[in-house]
Amino acid sequence: MNAVVEEHHDDHHDHGPAKGITRWLYTTNHKDIGTLYLWFSFAMFFVGGICALGIRAELFQPGLQIVQPELFNQLTTMHGLIMVFGAVMPAFVGLANWLVPMMIGAPDMALPRMNNYSFWILPFAFGMLISTFFMEGGAPNYGWTFYAPLSTEYAPPSVTFFIFAVHLMGISSIMGSINVIVTILNMRAPGMTLMQMPLFVWTWLITAYLLIAVMPVLAGVVTMMLMDIHFGTAFFSAAGGGDPVLFQHVFWFFGHPEVYIMILPAFGVVSAIIPTFARKKLFGYDSMVYATASIAFLSFIVWAHHMFTVGIPLAGELYFMYATMVIAVPTGVKVFNWVATMWQGSMTFETPMLFAIAFVILFTIGGFSGLMLSIVPADFQYHDTYFVVAHFHYVLVPGSIFSIMAAVYYWLPKWTGNMYDETLGKTHFWLSFIGVNVTFFPQHFIGLAGMPRRIPDYALQFADWNMISSCGAFLFGFSQLLFLFIILKCIRGGQKATERVWDGAKGLEWTIPSPAPYHTFSTPPKDMAEAHG
Amino acid sequence: MLEAQGKTRGVVKLTAIVVGMFAFGFMLVPLYDIVCEVTGFNGKTAGAYELSGKETVDESRLVTVQFLTNRNANMPWSFRPAIRSVKVIPGELNEANFFVRNETESTMVGKAIPSVTPFKAADFLHKTECFCFESQKLEKGEELNMPLRFIVDREIPKDVDRLTLSYTLYDITSSTQLAVR
Ligand code: HEM
Ligand SMILES: [Cu+2]
Repeated sequence: MNAVVEEHHDDHHDHGPAKGITRWLYTTNHKDIGTLYLWFSFAMFFVGGICALGIRAELFQPGLQIVQPELFNQLTTMHGLIMVFGAVMPAFVGLANWLVPMMIGAPDMALPRMNNYSFWILPFAFGMLISTFFMEGGAPNYGWTFYAPLSTEYAPPSVTFFIFAVHLMGISSIMGSINVIVTILNMRAPGMTLMQMPLFVWTWLITAYLLIAVMPVLAGVVTMMLMDIHFGTAFFSAAGGGDPVLFQHVFWFFGHPEVYIMILPAFGVVSAIIPTFARKKLFGYDSMVYATASIAFLSFIVWAHHMFTVGIPLAGELYFMYATMVIAVPTGVKVFNWVATMWQGSMTFETPMLFAIAFVILFTIGGFSGLMLSIVPADFQYHDTYFVVAHFHYVLVPGSIFSIMAAVYYWLPKWTGNMYDETLGKTHFWLSFIGVNVTFFPQHFIGLAGMPRRIPDYALQFADWNMISSCGAFLFGFSQLLFLFIILKCIRGGQKATERVWDGAKGLEWTIPSPAPYHTFSTPPKDMAEAHG
Repeated sequence: MLEAQGKTRGVVKLTAIVVGMFAFGFMLVPLYDIVCEVTGFNGKTAGAYELSGKETVDESRLVTVQFLTNRNANMPWSFRPAIRSVKVIPGELNEANFFVRNETESTMVGKAIPSVTPFKAADFLHKTECFCFESQKLEKGEELNMPLRFIVDREIPKDVDRLTLSYTLYDITSSTQLAVR
């Protein structure tokens, strides 16, 4: 450990980045690594998006036209895995890398060398995962939830590569989280108390704890699969005395906290953006912190709401139903606080704010459909239908992903030193907003009408809404090329950004020049009044 | 220096949590089995039941026990109960027979896994003798009559007047000695 720490101290000479590719391979600079994470995530967003468009193209009409069922199953599985582990999670880690040190007045992350490893593991993990498309038997086809024994006894041979890829992703996330926690707890500028930290830092601290608590459980469950497949154990095989339902318990013990891992940092982003453009302090900072912590705690005790239909005793169903509903309370506190922050503010609607407001509205719709799903007797009807698909896409796409887009627009001037093109940004927002709703709102209807998820063909009565949904998906997908264009254009030039960038912005990152110099806060800042809005 | 110590301590503690949670993931396996056994969740039945000789019967009621046999996906044997259902007196020892035949051209090993519904009845069905306590190895075309002896506990909840004992037969040839011939 000492070696790492010492190297970090040597790094303090004032030098810029190394030249060429080695800059990126060997970098231990939090800003470089943040950039790497963000670009990696963006690339995966497009790969996962292509899978999704394959799915939506097939579902444009009933019948089998474009992809056969075997490939269809691989597409749904890979879409889910790549979006969750390759797009959303690395994007938030990238944001943490860029922002956490700047927000707490630290010169870098606590463990820069480990930071480099956590990133460079990812391209290998996903290279391996994506290569399974070209293997005999094809890519994983058992859904992103990979229920055993479908993913053990009946899986294509590529499952071993899948397991190894999940191990690597897990190691990467765990190292990243340890880094975030140690940075936040040890490297805050002198005088910055925990309750003075910006909410993005708070939400990431809590997310990092969730990650180190549940990623090992995910590693455990895939290890059990590996042993069942190759070493003759029978964790999940009933014939050998194991139990397939056990898989679901262990998986969802990881899986439910995982969905909060994907949304808590989004809460932090939105809590930074709304006060800036409402030109008011965030309403109820303390309650935001406590709400985040209670959501994190509750996320460990509700997992079986994903398994209402496997045959749980009545008492269990009732417990998991009410426990799940309780999560809506702290979530409601957050939504209330965001709305109260906007209330009577002098609002302006730059692109980050548009994405943030859309987040609040559309995430709340996803929360409501979640509440509907938490009602046991209703879930017997909705489970494994498109209603569930609509629910989690509302919380994840206009939820997590909109927050990531909002964050990119909000901090891009600080990262590049240039303003992005506001007109194009707003165009991107409206195209995405319309695309998302046209894609996912109709899925509520076809779900309630009974269309099962994960099928390549469907009954005629679902045809109209599916066609509309597919149109929305293509609109949303292609709009993201505009996003790519806007970012590239902003990197290459544009109106110069000021230090503060947004006149209502609060936080230490806005006290340093734009673009942020390669090394910042080599001497810690003094004025903690700036710390959070 | 202080900061460096703080970091090292932080890393050590967090790594300990990671290792602990990995172990916890595996501990969920026995924990789950214990919870299922204690509560009868999932319809899991216990192992062989020892008769104490003090069992008393409750002649005031009859409980219907239905037998179901299933074969797992690729299991080519025939498998059926001799009778589909029987009315039993709680507390009395009963016998039922099950029939299997290896319909293939090779020697195979099968194993039946029991499950009881409603789940809350699982704890009240005691098997003193069951083919499900061991596996069956059958030559090609060989057939076997397999006995089951059981008692329905007289403490079984009053609202349960019918329960289903279902067996799923699995092909476990590949995980036994036969596989490495
Ligand atoms: C008020 C808050 C929420 C409640 C009450 C809730 C409730 C539920 C329930 C009951 C299900 C299971 C539905 C079924 O399979 O039948 C579910 C599925 C799901 N939820 Fe939520 N949810 C909430 C928020 C969220 C958030 C914030 C996220 C992620 C950002 C999320 C992501 C998911 C995902 C990914 C699934 C589907 C998993 C799968 O089967 O593939 N949910 N939710
Ligand atoms: Cu959940």
